[in-house]
Amino acid sequence: MIAEAGHYALVLAFGLALIQSVVPIVGARRGDIALMEMARSTALAQLLFVGASFCLLTALHVTSDFSVVNVFENSHSAKPLLYKITGVWGNHEGSMLLWVSILALFGAMVAAFGTNLPVSLRANVLAVQAWVAGAFYLFILLTSNPFARIAQPPIEGRDLNPILQDIGLAVHPPMLYLGYVGFSISFSFAVAALLEGRIDAAWARWVRPWTLVAWVFLTLGIAMGSYWAYYELGWGGWWFWDPVENASLMPWLAGTALLHSALVMEKRNALKVWTILLSILTFSLSLLGTFLVRSGVLTSVHAFATDPARGVFILLILCIFIGGSLALYALRAPSLKQGGLFAPISREGALVLNNLFLTTACATVFVGTLYPLGLEVLTSEKISVGAPFFNLTFGPLFVPLLIAVPFGPLLPWKRGDLLAASQRLTAAGIAALVAIALLFAWQRGGPMLAPLAIGLAVWVIAGVLSDIAERTGLFRIPFSVSLRRARGLPRSAWGTAFAHAGLGVALIGVVCETTWNSEYIATMKPDQVARVAGYELKLEGLTQRQGPNYRETLAQFAVSLDGKSLPVMTPSKRSFTTRGMSTTEAALLTRGASQLYVSLGDASADGGIAVRIYHKPLVLLIWWGPVLMAFGGVLSLSDRRLRVGAPKPARAARALQAAE
Amino acid sequence: MTRKQRRLTMIGGSLAVLAVAAALVLNAMRDSIVFFSTPSMAAEKQIPAGKRFRLGGLVQPGSLKRGDDLVVNFAVADGSTTLPVTYKGILPDLFREGQGVVAEGALDAAGTFRADTVLAKHDETYMPKEVADALKKQGHWKDDYGKAPQGPSKPTQGASK
Repeated sequence: MIAEAGHYALVLAFGLALIQSVVPIVGARRGDIALMEMARSTALAQLLFVGASFCLLTALHVTSDFSVVNVFENSHSAKPLLYKITGVWGNHEGSMLLWVSILALFGAMVAAFGTNLPVSLRANVLAVQAWVAGAFYLFILLTSNPFARIAQPPIEGRDLNPILQDIGLAVHPPMLYLGYVGFSISFSFAVAALLEGRIDAAWARWVRPWTLVAWVFLTLGIAMGSYWAYYELGWGGWWFWDPVENASLMPWLAGTALLHSALVMEKRNALKVWTILLSILTFSLSLLGTFLVRSGVLTSVHAFATDPARGVFILLILCIFIGGSLALYALRAPSLKQGGLFAPISREGALVLNNLFLTTACATVFVGTLYPLGLEVLTSEKISVGAPFFNLTFGPLFVPLLIAVPFGPLLPWKRGDLLAASQRLTAAGIAALVAIALLFAWQRGGPMLAPLAIGLAVWVIAGVLSDIAERTGLFRIPFSVSLRRARGLPRSAWGTAFAHAGLGVALIGVVCETTWNSEYIATMKPDQVARVAGYELKLEGLTQRQGPNYRETLAQFAVSLDGKSLPVMTPSKRSFTTRGMSTTEAALLTRGASQLYVSLGDASADGGIAVRIYHKPLVLLIWWGPVLMAFGGVLSLSDRRLRVGAPKPARAARALQAAE
Repeated sequence: MTRKQRRLTMIGGSLAVLAVAAALVLNAMRDSIVFFSTPSMAAEKQIPAGKRFRLGGLVQPGSLKRGDDLVVNFAVADGSTTLPVTYKGILPDLFREGQGVVAEGALDAAGTFRADTVLAKHDETYMPKEVADALKKQGHWKDDYGKAPQGPSKPTQGASK
């Protein structure tokens, strides 16, 4: 019964989406308030039904009802409860259901909290949201029904892929989807604005918080995914330039650009047409990501069971939405009014530069990701585009962007003075040069690029600090006054500072990890000692253990540094009986921001075991950076400006203007 | 500055950045693209020693030999030709004889493929897509490889040096 009820709820949600996609638009055309208001109730009801459907699928997984195909194929009665729940979205059907549930959640949030939106805009936004939702409900119902039954229910399930039996699955996909799908809101707003043929600064003020929410989640989702890959796959890599990772990076880059261009639009009423285009592109890239991951055209850990019909269906959705919205854009954009003027050297100019580099970087990732697919379709030649390609294209484009980052917040709107800004950044420049010189002196004859890259990161961080020091008058006026000023700074200013500093922090992590990472790979026998980066690891012995649905071989390593003993590390190798698969559970020892990483390979016939030991200096900064960025986003989100709905006159808010 | 001048500056700047990006992409394309090949394709094309490519096929049953110091030797077969492969390091969790594998590296002077990366599947029913396609093309496809791949099932970066 539960499965049928879940299926039925999904069908009802689809029906509601159909109503929601037509009636409010008709209402907006006719100026009929009652019809427009219908969008709100249908959006809320949609969330109710799709939410119910999702909860019912979860219930099926938790109770291990193997008469449902989805549960049978991805669950096992001996699986721990946490993985029974997370297993709901650890498969194609369930993850699509999560996707539409989050879409409905965002729609309902606009319906519930968008009370200060003009009625017609809200009606149009929710209608566009329902188009997207409708398409995906149809996709689930026609090609990937999670509630399908098996005629003769088996006694035991086939278990979830062991790689996915990890806490990472509980966090990474929902976060990522909140990000991906969150961009649907700015997409709906953009399309609604094009439908209405009207767009102004108020529009940007409504769009920006939604974009920011999506961006925060996407940032955390990507970082979480990267950390998960790092500790789960057993060889310490944290970014592979895998097409699926690129699929999430592209909307992130476009979304970051969108955040910045929406700012120009909100503050200066300029870059309107571009902002609309970016909103459309960002969500299009999210859809593309969904297509790449869910259609099976790619070879990656993320692709679940493939079925050509699904790929074609998603491709169709992709073409309709991207093509349709771009066509609408081409048709309506020229009629949008031009915004305010600004000189090339100004805050606006800096933000345009930011957009230019971010979208170009995004374009190179796009080419690198899709070129092999295109080539295979056209010539059936198979190639792979790996890390070297992206390092050679993405890297050089990010360098000028990072050089420019500290200048942005220091330039005033409309017309700026590059010389004055540079003077204020003198300290940051000196800090960067000192860092470079020190690193060169310290490592003598090592890689050339690493000190320069770290200098760049120091430049970004120091630039942020000097901006804050400048605003609070630190060192120029009494400390207590600066402290009061710091408290008085708008939250969005702090948000900018944290997000930009996060960029620098992540860069330091990336450079240190890739340059000064040391590794030790060998077969070890009990009582043998491995020395890595000053650490001594002694293999004390191997033990066997039985887990709930696996057997594991544990290795105990006594770790010491300069004779001082540190906590024991116990990497393990698990073998899952149901699927006949094994996974490597790496052991991590965190020392400050650096980590010692041990993972096991195969046992050899003579009682030894293959061991991989890495020392990864400052590796944690790679993820602290994004966490800082997301924290900056949250701070910015809590800014008074976004909580207070009424538009502010541009003049009166001098302090606020200086905010971003 | 008038609107027209401003627009020209912006367009000029954008074009410059795009041109740089295009140059970077073309340059990177020339140097860092890796082609996929099966053992028989490799023999046919006479890939020169030292040129990197991805080798895909099935691990020849009985060919796996573990040497000292984590050196492993195995042969990759595609039904008509086999190619010896040598790799130093830890093989991915699901590396098995008789199953699909993709290795990246280059041939040495003796005609042995020196792999620096070995990718294997992560699911017992999965066959790397490139390998499956190539085997199909050569008529060596057996239906049981393709039988309804279940669940999350693609290969992942298995081991790398």
